[in-house]
Amino acid sequence: MCRLTAARREKHLPDRPDFDPSTLVIHSNRSYEKQSNSILFPIHQTATYIHESVGVTKGYGYSRGANPTVNALEQAIAAIEGTENALCFRSGMSAITTLCLSMLKAGDHVVLSDVIYGGTSRLFHQVLGNFGIEYTFANTASVEDTEKAIKPNTRLLFLETPANPTLKLSDVRALSDMAHSHKDILVAVDNTFLTPLLQNCLNLGADVSMLSTTKYIDGHNATIGGSLATHNTALVERMRLVRKTIGSIQPPFDAWLALQGVKTLPARLAMHCSNAMAVATWLEQHPMVHKVNYPGLDSFPQKALAEKQQTGFGGMLSFELEANTVDSLHFIDALRLCTCAESLGSVETLVTNPATASHCDLPLEQREQLGIPDRLIRLSVGLESPKDLIKDFEQAFAATFNGNAAGSGE
Amino acid sequence: MKTATRLVHFDPAPKDPFRPMATPIYQTATFEQEHADSFGEYDYSRSGNPTRRVLEDHMAELEGGSRSFAFSSGMTAIATVTRLLKAGDEIVADWDLYGGASRLFDRVVRRAGVTVRLVDGTDIEAVREAMRPATRMLYVESPTNPLLRVLDLQALASVAQDRGVMFCVDSSAMSPYLQNPLALGADIVIHSGTKLLCGHSDVMAGIVVVKDEALAKEVYFLQNAEGTALGPMDCFLLLRGLKTLKLRIDAQQTNAQRIAEHLQQNYPHFEVAYPGLPDHPAHAVQSRQATGAGVLLTFRAGSPEAAKQIAEGLDLFKIAVSFGSVNSSISIPYAMSHASVPTEQRAQRGIPEDLLRISCGIEDADDLIADLTTQLERLRS
Repeated sequence: MCRLTAARREKHLPDRPDFDPSTLVIHSNRSYEKQSNSILFPIHQTATYIHESVGVTKGYGYSRGANPTVNALEQAIAAIEGTENALCFRSGMSAITTLCLSMLKAGDHVVLSDVIYGGTSRLFHQVLGNFGIEYTFANTASVEDTEKAIKPNTRLLFLETPANPTLKLSDVRALSDMAHSHKDILVAVDNTFLTPLLQNCLNLGADVSMLSTTKYIDGHNATIGGSLATHNTALVERMRLVRKTIGSIQPPFDAWLALQGVKTLPARLAMHCSNAMAVATWLEQHPMVHKVNYPGLDSFPQKALAEKQQTGFGGMLSFELEANTVDSLHFIDALRLCTCAESLGSVETLVTNPATASHCDLPLEQREQLGIPDRLIRLSVGLESPKDLIKDFEQAFAATFNGNAAGSGE
Repeated sequence: MKTATRLVHFDPAPKDPFRPMATPIYQTATFEQEHADSFGEYDYSRSGNPTRRVLEDHMAELEGGSRSFAFSSGMTAIATVTRLLKAGDEIVADWDLYGGASRLFDRVVRRAGVTVRLVDGTDIEAVREAMRPATRMLYVESPTNPLLRVLDLQALASVAQDRGVMFCVDSSAMSPYLQNPLALGADIVIHSGTKLLCGHSDVMAGIVVVKDEALAKEVYFLQNAEGTALGPMDCFLLLRGLKTLKLRIDAQQTNAQRIAEHLQQNYPHFEVAYPGLPDHPAHAVQSRQATGAGVLLTFRAGSPEAAKQIAEGLDLFKIAVSFGSVNSSISIPYAMSHASVPTEQRAQRGIPEDLLRISCGIEDADDLIADLTTQLERLRS
């Protein structure tokens, strides 16, 4: 029988193989575990490590600093981000916090997308603001408006695109070029809605790509986590130090679960995208629907930008009904298959009312100005059959509007 | 090395490149082969898993066996051991067995053509006389559940040896810290890992430890063939629990002794049974073959109604089956752990309907005694 020699196998599967992302998420840490040949990376549920001799370790001293299982997830994320460096955190918010604590000091200024996850704006309003960090929310859909917000002490441009919950887009390439023409400004993008598989922010010129791995990376609502990826090795070392110092690293078991989840990311994303397109198209033609925000629709004002910087339109959309807030909330309550729950990016379709959930900390006036009216409904389209999802909408329309919802066009 | 040291001093991660202090959880189904036509140390987790291996090696060491095997529950461990026999073989067993074991023997093992003969394991001559040519195994618990009878394991081992039958001891009530049946002559030790070994009520597990290499091969064959091994996460939790085995049992035994003494002094009519009481009929045997009396004690409430009232009125003793956890619990064996004993056997065995079994936890003894006293005084008045 033909035997592959160990040497041939090593040659066949190098440490950093040049594979497509759908292969990399499965085989990014292929070279590990020659000890047991375990197909899956083990869960290193350990606080500390045995020293070979005093002060000499195998690169791991204490799991607050680094952990082999967390590192395995970091390798998978680095592989799809197209960089050598990714770090994982307890949550998406602890990733953003670690980024800010790593590169900012009192007196520094940050420009942020005006439409942004509520937790991110709360971090600046209620936490970082107390430590002398200045910040401005700008309409990052316009490079001009963004540049106007830049001050001599601006150090970070923090974008979210597509933005939560209106799907407003920011041109990562143009904004990065603009920001880099100023002195000492780094660009970070919260890429949670798309992941690097649908929008590679580092390739588009951003310095840091941030993900809430709770969402599409895990994909099963099993963990809370976040990641930061960058080509900037000095920055990654600084973030590693801050992470170790404030203890914001992801726990090993959570990292392991996310590591299993990320393997199906390419397959899941393909289905999230096609399901979302089907649902968005159906909703848009419904007479009780006032407006659908989905970058894949011809009616979406920034569709061209989506086609330029994204390789897919994603699984997130939001819409307004031709109805008041009370009826819109009743409509959400009437849904049976779509689950009303915070978070997004999971196999289950989740529906929320941003005004009372993810963006409840924003004043009404500001929300309306940003296109987040009280009646807005956000939908994270899951992997159910779109037929069943549409049936669920049909029955919810009928239940809420007493049969005024005729005109379904399936 | 003493037990407390051996419990924590073992290689937690043989060959792991990172030298972690805790055993890695190899939550994997399969392992990559170096070559298409040969396997490495591990190939499939049903057959072997690095996390499980650490637990199994550790348990073998603690019990003084050559190998040990971890199963998905204590009952799986017992069932596997009975599978060492074949149709026509006989088991001689002490009659006071955990209800689940009684059910297994009566409803499952018998159907496979294996006869189980129940005897009084405290009567060595009766055990000797019960042995037939077809007898292949002597099976006992000590102390027994729930009556806390103590069987002379050394004497039973010599009977088994004379007759050339396997001697199997369920030592769940003792753990390797208090009793090592292999050193007393047993061939097989069984533990419900769910009890003292885990100690936190968060894992179901069973352990089989054997001395003889040939027997080990047979048990391993069954574990793999039937796919009954413990999962990696549960192995990790059990390894974690084992590290405090001595501390927990020391504290639990101290509480058991105090509660037993308190009940005996203040409620003599309750017929308190605890092998640690000097007047317990088996105190001498227990002291000889084990280093402690364990965490279980029983007493009789006088009537099934009174037993129910006492159990339900307590705050700190949770009504629950299982035992050996850091939490104190109380149960009525007749209605709970031994409800699965066939009815006619239950009558024969004489498990009193008013018997209460306490598993002492690590709470403060004063709090436990106060809880008991409050409830017992309330019922007395």
